[in-house]
Amino acid sequence: MAETIKLTVSRYRPEEESEPTFQTYDVPYNKEWVILDALNYVKDQLDGTLTFRWSCRMGVCGSCGMMVNGTPTLTCAVPLSDYVSSEPIRIEPLQFFPIIRDLVVDMNSFLGKLSSVKPWIIRDDEKPPVEGEYRQTPAELDVYKQFSMCINCMLCYSACPVVGLEPEFTGPAAIALAQRYNLDSRDQGAAERMAVLNEHEGMWGCTFVGECTNVCPKNVDPAGAIQLYKMASATDWFKSVLLPWGSKK
Amino acid sequence: MTKGITPFLWFLFGAGGMISALLFPVHILLIGLAFPLGWLDAPDYESLRSLVIHPITRLYLFVFIFFPLFHWAHRFRYTIYDLFQVKHGAQQPIALLCYGAALLGTIIAAYTLLTIG
Repeated sequence: MAETIKLTVSRYRPEEESEPTFQTYDVPYNKEWVILDALNYVKDQLDGTLTFRWSCRMGVCGSCGMMVNGTPTLTCAVPLSDYVSSEPIRIEPLQFFPIIRDLVVDMNSFLGKLSSVKPWIIRDDEKPPVEGEYRQTPAELDVYKQFSMCINCMLCYSACPVVGLEPEFTGPAAIALAQRYNLDSRDQGAAERMAVLNEHEGMWGCTFVGECTNVCPKNVDPAGAIQLYKMASATDWFKSVLLPWGSKK
Repeated sequence: MTKGITPFLWFLFGAGGMISALLFPVHILLIGLAFPLGWLDAPDYESLRSLVIHPITRLYLFVFIFFPLFHWAHRFRYTIYDLFQVKHGAQQPIALLCYGAALLGTIIAAYTLLTIG
């Protein structure tokens, strides 16, 4: 534990400064630590005023996403040893989000986008509970399971240049979540979600950069979900042109 | 339920991307490398001409030109938007120019393929 490693951390204290500044900390280099452990060392031992979100420290809660050396990263999921050669490690809040304090960003726009795609099972008519549950085979589960692994860590929003250019864009995680319910055999809400996402600010804002999929810590592949959505919309378009009497419901 | 012709333009883009990725390398390898470098014997003018005037070849060449042109138009349009941070008001003329160029190229290709031979 003789060695130390430098962390350069973005600080923003709205009552003191109008722009974020950087502060450098020396923390012990422990090769069993992840980036989040180093931040917690700073918080516990060096500077209790450093503010950041974290909870489960095991890649499940999605709270500790930050920019590490410019890349959106889940800080509990990357070992400190990966960054030894690129010292000092630069840690900043997720980009494209308003900063509340230090490394904490305002998630409200993201939460609004999530709920806009109606991420719940929509039924035309609910059967009464006495008729039992809606059963699903393992094969039907596999169809959407990948898209259900999202932990809302928002790394994909921070990685997406379209989100940076067009704040109204619904964005990767929300579209993947819509796809998760569309592909669910119990759901009948695909048309309602399509009405929301078939806008320019919906899926058509995506220019298929693919960075969302690259940074996703849970291999959800939001870029793939968006392409599936575009294909579904194109199919609808052909149906409405070739079979205009069939698509008006 | 659909937003104008955006899904259709995206379909042309997607199809053009697939055709470009699958077929262009074959043509570049044959016509750009293998024939000029002598790896394969180049076909003579008459045999190439008789190949091109066959109706299936004409159709193939039309698909080979038409979809990738619209792929280019779509990609170029969004590249211009993002590169120059084009705001919504100025986007439409750029879109018209891009797809218009692709349409013009398609018409020239169709005319050439119909009148060749």
